[in-house]
Amino acid sequence: MTINPDQVINFSRTHRLQWEEAQQKNVILYPEGMVELNESSAEILKLCDGTRNLAQIVSDLEQKFSTSGLTNDITAFLEVALQNGWINQN
Amino acid sequence: MAGLIKTKPTPPRWLLAELTYACPLQCPYCSNPIDYTKYQTELDTEDWKRVLTQARKMGAVQLGFSGGEPLTRKDLTELVKHARDLGYYSNLITSGYGLTEEKIIQLKEAGLDHIQVSIQASSQELNDHIAGTASFEHKKQVAHLVKKHGYPMVLCVVIHRENIHQMPEILAMAEELGADYLELANTQYYGWAHANRDLLLPTQAQFEKAEAIAQAFKETVTGKMKIYYVVPDFYEDRPKACMNGWGTTFLTVAPDGVALPCHSARELPGLDCPNVKDYSIEEIWNESKAFNFFRGDDWMKEPCRSCDEKNKDFGGCHCQAYLLTGDMYNADPVCSKSPDHGVIQQAIDSAAKSALSANEKPLLFRNSKNSKLLS
Ligand code: SF4
Ligand code: SF4
Repeated sequence: MTINPDQVINFSRTHRLQWEEAQQKNVILYPEGMVELNESSAEILKLCDGTRNLAQIVSDLEQKFSTSGLTNDITAFLEVALQNGWINQN
Repeated sequence: MAGLIKTKPTPPRWLLAELTYACPLQCPYCSNPIDYTKYQTELDTEDWKRVLTQARKMGAVQLGFSGGEPLTRKDLTELVKHARDLGYYSNLITSGYGLTEEKIIQLKEAGLDHIQVSIQASSQELNDHIAGTASFEHKKQVAHLVKKHGYPMVLCVVIHRENIHQMPEILAMAEELGADYLELANTQYYGWAHANRDLLLPTQAQFEKAEAIAQAFKETVTGKMKIYYVVPDFYEDRPKACMNGWGTTFLTVAPDGVALPCHSARELPGLDCPNVKDYSIEEIWNESKAFNFFRGDDWMKEPCRSCDEKNKDFGGCHCQAYLLTGDMYNADPVCSKSPDHGVIQQAIDSAAKSALSANEKPLLFRNSKNSKLLS
């Protein structure tokens, strides 16, 4: 499963991304399970809102953190996210 | 209290709210206590709301509404709404019996995140026999409706000797129903399942065949359906890690308000499990005798005490140690290092003998009559 660069990316409707006060962490919630996210993963997933494709997500984040060269890391993470069903492209 | 509390325990993450012991079904593997009819009182709506609020404040985030059949509680929608307002991810664990489309919509609007429907088998005849109630067609319809209204659909099938041969058909049924998750739960032998073990425990050959079929299927549905496979610990040589560590993650509240570190802990002697009517969740979690009982490893005897795997499985399941060896401080006899490991083979042999016998005794169904008879 790979990311289609032309299509926008959505966060899954059957998962929930949420800030957990008690853990001071963002988490993904799904039936009977939970994944704790580090800060950068959470930042990436928050941009998967059905309005941006891969290149737009990369450029938004590079701008936000005033850096460059994030393409590979972000693509790799999104591929894992896709395999886990956290995001989709349809 | 077993040992002093050295560090503050980790907060609960999962709350299992067993709303009621009432259930229209009679599954002979039900994990409710055999003597459930003794506990007739139920917490009221305000009690449950308080429990939900207090546990959430400590950090609980996954919430299961179960029972019995949680749909028999008239205030279910109100509790779901309260849970959503607090930020829980709520799971409804139901037999599907009595679930209408109207109710499915109402619960969705209240903020329910997912519905887990259990089906007993892949054929009507066997499903209705095991459930003790005609329910197969309705369950399939409920599964469709759950999907239709945008919930992730989790299908749960408890596996045992009566249905294990249907594994290929069970998998096909899950695919046909469009399940997003399929939980294949090999029966765990507590409560009613313990009483029916001779009739429910499959042979090792049956297990291996079913597992291989499920495993091969899993590969064909990656990305479409997730499969949770609950292993049958009788055929393992190490026990499962009890509740991810006693009093570290899970909190169960029984219908009458008794707080339990694991849902079968009610069967253990001398725990004095506290009631949420008398104490706050914080007091119960941090200070009660029951929740501190098996925290850490001070309580351990040999072979666990000096075992280098004790941080992996915490000595296994205390309820299983108690049920099978009579002493809850013993290692779970599933462990091949346990001096009592032989009882597992005895159980397997006894079940195999029963399967071959011409006059096998009938299944003991989970209902009030049988509960009263046995308690
Ligand atoms: S296991 Fe069966 S009898 Fe027990 S609560 Fe669930 S549906 Fe009811
Ligand atoms: S001896 Fe005890 S701690 Fe060691 S593996 Fe067996 S059950 Fe686990």
